[in-house]
Amino acid sequence: MESKHVHEQIAAMRQSFFNEEVLNKNFSQLEQLEGKDNPNFVEEVFTMYLRDSIAFLETIEEAMKTIPIDSIKVDSILHQLKGSSASVGANKVLKEVNKTRQVLGKGNLERTKASILELRKEYDSFKAKLEPYFQLKQANSMAQEK
Amino acid sequence: MNSSSGKSYMSTASSSVIWKAGGDVVADQFPAGLRVLVVDDDPTCLMILEKMLKACQYNVTKCNRAETALSMLRENRNGFDIVISDVHMPDMDGFKLLEHIGLEMDLPVIMMSADDGKNVVMKGVTHGACDYLIKPVRIEALKNIWQHVVRKRKNEWKDFEQSGSVEEGDRQPKQSEDADYSSSANEGNWKSSKRRKDDEDENDERDDTSTLKKPRVVWSVELHQQFVAAVNQLGIEKAVPKKILELMNVPGLTRENVASHLQKYRLYLRRLSGVSQHPSNLNNSFMNPQDATFGPLDLQALAATGQLPAQSLATLQAAGLGRSTAKSGIPMPLVDQRNIFSFENPKLRFGEAQQHVNNNKQMNLLHGIPTTMEPKQLSGLHHTAQSMGNMNMPVLSHGSQSSQNNPLLMQMAQPQARGQMLNDSTVGLAPRLLSPMGQPMLSNGMATNVSTRNGVPENIRAPSYNPVSQTSSMLNFPMNHTSELPGNSFPLVSTPGISSLAPKVAFQEDVNSEIKGSVGFMPSYDIFNDLNQHKPQNWELQNVGMMFNTSQHSNSLQGNLDHTQSVLVQQGFSTGQNRNSTVISKAMFSAGDSTGHVNAQNGNQHLNSLFVDNTVRVKSERVADAAPANLYPDHFGQEDLMSALLKQQDVIAPAENNDFDFDGYSIDNIPV
Repeated sequence: MESKHVHEQIAAMRQSFFNEEVLNKNFSQLEQLEGKDNPNFVEEVFTMYLRDSIAFLETIEEAMKTIPIDSIKVDSILHQLKGSSASVGANKVLKEVNKTRQVLGKGNLERTKASILELRKEYDSFKAKLEPYFQLKQANSMAQEK
Repeated sequence: MNSSSGKSYMSTASSSVIWKAGGDVVADQFPAGLRVLVVDDDPTCLMILEKMLKACQYNVTKCNRAETALSMLRENRNGFDIVISDVHMPDMDGFKLLEHIGLEMDLPVIMMSADDGKNVVMKGVTHGACDYLIKPVRIEALKNIWQHVVRKRKNEWKDFEQSGSVEEGDRQPKQSEDADYSSSANEGNWKSSKRRKDDEDENDERDDTSTLKKPRVVWSVELHQQFVAAVNQLGIEKAVPKKILELMNVPGLTRENVASHLQKYRLYLRRLSGVSQHPSNLNNSFMNPQDATFGPLDLQALAATGQLPAQSLATLQAAGLGRSTAKSGIPMPLVDQRNIFSFENPKLRFGEAQQHVNNNKQMNLLHGIPTTMEPKQLSGLHHTAQSMGNMNMPVLSHGSQSSQNNPLLMQMAQPQARGQMLNDSTVGLAPRLLSPMGQPMLSNGMATNVSTRNGVPENIRAPSYNPVSQTSSMLNFPMNHTSELPGNSFPLVSTPGISSLAPKVAFQEDVNSEIKGSVGFMPSYDIFNDLNQHKPQNWELQNVGMMFNTSQHSNSLQGNLDHTQSVLVQQGFSTGQNRNSTVISKAMFSAGDSTGHVNAQNGNQHLNSLFVDNTVRVKSERVADAAPANLYPDHFGQEDLMSALLKQQDVIAPAENNDFDFDGYSIDNIPV
């Protein structure tokens, strides 16, 4: 691939994320932290984030199955997820997390479950978008190195 | 610790040392190289923060567990300049970590969280965080964190300067100290030190000569215990850094080290007694005198003096306190606390306390002897002090606002004033209840236990009862041995410490006045009868007793403090015959939250509530009978009060019920 072409592609992808508000400005901050000495910083962060978030989500889903539901625990995990999502700029995921916490706080079990499903969907979607992006970036930089 | 005269900047990082004597930070390096310890259990956030901090050219160490961070800090006390910690962590609450760091290492700590709720931010403030960041943290926010390091050092430096550095021969030591104390006590905020810092010009000039960066002293547990012991010995009121330093006799320790630590300690005590503006919180701040066995100080003394009709006190206290404890309503948590206050008695529950008080060897029945807290207590206090130190501040504020105790608390805020009074009043007792500790406690227990100290072991309850304090002033008297009260004149142990307690102390003052009026509670005080003269005083004492700090268990510190902080019930009863001056014992509340005499019993909360309630009641009763003269009439009014109290507290059966050792004083018996 021509690097220019790939570049453009990557840029377009990135821009679309912002347009769709999948990512927010915090993501840009992370990008700024990237430098020559750690060019893959953002990717590393995201890898970590995706890995941890899925673990969180799975724990939540498990917790939701128990009776009675340990809402404190669930909220605690959501709180953590909130922090990390906010830090990486995962905008939509963050919004879902907040929504879920709110509903959970109100005590409506059904709504909470539904909200968690939404959250999971958002997460999956997020992952599906970002991973190819990073892969492309990675491929591109490798190609450029050649 | 750097024993160096403090001139040398302890930080090892040379870059960070760039403190210009003149106060201008050498721009060339600082803040680069600032040694930051960042603690967060979320790996993603941790990674990002590390990166950001590195981008700011800081020297970063990351840690994902609070315990690890704490041990890192302990091993290398001077290895870091600032700590950034998440609030929400699985192994330890971020605020708890914050307190630990504040007390042990005196490092600036920044809290961060994804939560931006006002309450949690406020919690950060009250626990002594120097800043609070909301996640997602922006790098811009991190760029300026060095300011906290500078500020802290300047404050310390200023402390040093103000209090009269050792080098300078401690000029104006006392005054400054007092001023500091009072200010801290009153303002209850370490922020005051920050304000002082505003006089940068001053500092700048001195920077050249004095050490801008004082060697960081590591306040180990032993050292802190020594500190608390010294403070207790001196009494909250008289605990000035210079004297504490002398007592501690630790080579290499400077007055400024002690001063800043004392400030923290007071804050902590304050915090314990009333950190959260909720009445319940107050309880927390009360130091459970468990360890701080202030011992027999006040209560015993009081009892000895026989000033306060222990029984009446007990009754009252019981009544007031009773709520908290299952026992006849006497907020006996204090009793358990026995340890905490040497008095154990005063603060401790009435019934029980009394016994303990009496039995307590520790209790230094100050028959006029300034009770110094027993080492045990001191240690207890230490802990609490520490935590309290940080917290103290809040306590004050709380005290005033919080629960009913406020009246008491407010009084406490003026420890100094009280101290004076107490001093005067405490003829014999001179309960120096852990001054440092006393503060927190007082606020809580103000009402209740203070009085006991003076020899009314019975009332020891004081410590934890704030609310009770009001009424308890009488109550606190370690009524336990009414018989013991020989000298009627209960020197309301106005432990000097109380003043430091400020929050609580403040109570004293008010209490005094109030006590006078309200003191009426002590209806059954034999002492009262005996000591007509003392009466006014007794009341005062009683008020003092109130200062018990219901150690607040809740506070995280509490856990630690439990022992130490034992109620500093400093009953500064001034049995002095005419001590009108508030005897308000400096019920040193032992910060020991856990020990919480008072708290312990009820689980802290009770006491607090008790206190609160008591205070409330008291207040109403008091009805501005500040005048001593009123006391008498009032204390007959005590009956009313007592009854009021009693009503409130079902538990508080008329004195009899409780474990009080009262000689059968019952509210009904209020000798008028």
